Amino acid sequence: MIPAEHIAKLARLGLSESEIKKFQKELSSILDYINLLEEVDVSNVKPTYHPFESGTVIRKDESIKEDPDKLIDLAPSKKKRYIKVKSVFK
Amino acid sequence: MNILEFYKGFLEKKFSALEITKEFLAKKDDYNAFITISKDLALKQAKKADKMIAKGENSVLTGVPMAVKDNILVEGVKNTCASEILKDYIAPYDATCVKKLKELGAVVIGKTNLDEFAMGSSTENSGFFTTKNPCDIERVPGGSSGGSAAAVAADLCCYALGSDTGGSIRQPASFCGIVGLKPTYGAVSRYGLTAFASSFDQIGPLTKTAEDARIILNVISGKDIKDSTSIGFKDKIDVNTAQLKVGIPREYFIKGIDPKVETLIKQAIKKNYDIIEISLPHTKYALAAYYIIAPSEASANLARFDGVRYGLSKPEKDLFKTYLKTKGTGFGDEVKRRIMIGTYALSAGYYDAYYLKAQKVRTLIKQDFDKAFEKVDVIMTPTCPSPAFKIGEKADDPLSMYLADIFTVSVNLAGLPAVSVPIGKVNKLPVGLQIIGKPFEDHKILEVAKQYA
Repeated sequence: MIPAEHIAKLARLGLSESEIKKFQKELSSILDYINLLEEVDVSNVKPTYHPFESGTVIRKDESIKEDPDKLIDLAPSKKKRYIKVKSVFK
Repeated sequence: MNILEFYKGFLEKKFSALEITKEFLAKKDDYNAFITISKDLALKQAKKADKMIAKGENSVLTGVPMAVKDNILVEGVKNTCASEILKDYIAPYDATCVKKLKELGAVVIGKTNLDEFAMGSSTENSGFFTTKNPCDIERVPGGSSGGSAAAVAADLCCYALGSDTGGSIRQPASFCGIVGLKPTYGAVSRYGLTAFASSFDQIGPLTKTAEDARIILNVISGKDIKDSTSIGFKDKIDVNTAQLKVGIPREYFIKGIDPKVETLIKQAIKKNYDIIEISLPHTKYALAAYYIIAPSEASANLARFDGVRYGLSKPEKDLFKTYLKTKGTGFGDEVKRRIMIGTYALSAGYYDAYYLKAQKVRTLIKQDFDKAFEKVDVIMTPTCPSPAFKIGEKADDPLSMYLADIFTVSVNLAGLPAVSVPIGKVNKLPVGLQIIGKPFEDHKILEVAKQYA
C-alpha cells in the first residue's frame, strides 16, 4: 500500500482524509500498470535523463539588466521591496 | 484562411489588420476555446501591423490573428495554466517564441484553455471549464492544447501555439482535424513556458496546413540564451519526398486500435509510399516509463508554487501549514495525482525501482528509434488509437485517460520531431496521421506532411 499521507506531506500537499483515500486507490492502480516495467531487462543499460546530452552550458559571467520590481510586485505579501515570508526558524 | 492567404489579402489591400482583428475579436467562442481574450494587446498589435504593411516592412505573419496556450507567457496578459493557483497571475514578460512573433506584428487574440498545467488529454482537467470539439460538441477536443486546437479548427484564429510533453499538440490536432507539430526537443526555446516535465516539454504550432507549421517553426525556433537546452536550427526544404523510405512499426497496429482508423491510416500511407514494416520492440513500455518520468519532473517543477513569491497564497499560522493549504487549495485533482506519483517515485527507497528504471527503459526506446532510422527516413503511425472520445467518457478513470497518449509519448521520450496531419474521417470524426522524423529533421517531416494537408 502506498503511504499516501506520508507522500502528501513530502510534497507539501494539504489533502483531506477522503482525498488521501481516493488517491491511495487511484495511485495503486496506476502503479500496477507501471509495474509492467519489471519485465524489461535493463542490466548494462545507462539511464537517459535528457534526449540530447549537451554537457554544461555556460555563458560569460556578466549581469543582464532586468527590472526586478516587476517580479517583486507579484508577491502576495511584501514590505517595500522585500517579500514577506512566515518565520522559518522557531 | 491560412497564413499565406492573410498575407496576400494584406498586400492586395483587401482588408487591413485592424479590420481583421476586430472581426476576430467579435467572433463568438461557442466551444469555450479561450480563457482570456487579449483585446487591448490585439488592437495595439493590429495598428502596429498596419503601419508595417504601409511601409512595406511586413512579414507573412504581420497582422495575422493567432492564439497562445495559457501556459506560454504573453506580457501583461493573464497566464492561468487553467489552474486556481495562477488564476490572477499576470505574465511579467513575453516567452521567447511570443516575443519573436510579436516583433513580426503577430496579433495575439487571446489565451486558450488547457488541462491544468498541461496535464491531461481532453481539457476536462482544466480548473475552469471543458472545451468542446468543433467537429462534434459532445466530444473532447483532445488535450492538453485542446483550446488551441479548437480555436484553429473553429477559425477563431489562424494558428495557435501549444506545448507538447506527451502528445499535447499532436493528439488535439488529430481530434480536431488540423495540423500539429511537436518540434525536436531543443528546437524551440522553452523560456516563458510554464515548466511541466522539462526533459520532454516543447512548444510548437497548431495550424491549418503543414506549410503554415513550417512558417511558424522557422520564426520560433533557434538558440536562446535564456534556455540552455535550446539548439540552433536551420531550415532545409530541398527534400525529395518521393524518394523517402517510410517505416510502419508493427507494434502500433495491435489490439485496441480502431480498425477503421487502421484502414484509413494504411490507405493514406499507401497513396504516396511503399510500406516498410519495422519494429520498435519497447513500444509497449513507453507509456509506463513516461508516467514515471513526467510526474517525477512535474513534482519538482511544481514545488515552486509555494504561496510566497507569486500566485495563490493561503496564509496559515506557520510556513509549513501555508504550503499545505496553498497547494491543497490551488491544485486540481490530476495535478495532485501527478505530484503524488512523482514524489513517490523519487522518494528514498523507490528511486531505483521506479525513476532510474524508467530512465533506463527510456534509453531502450531511444535505441529502438535509432535502429529503425538506419533503415527508413520517416516513421508513420496513427496519432491516436481512435477518434475524439465523448466528454465524460474517461473523466473518472485516470489510467484510461493516460492510454489516450499511447502513440505519442515515445516521441517525447526520444526527443524526436513529429507532426499530426488530418487524413480523413471515421464516423464523421477526424483522424490524424503521425509522421515521426530523425532529430532536427522537422522540415523533412513537414515536407512529407504537405502531401496530406
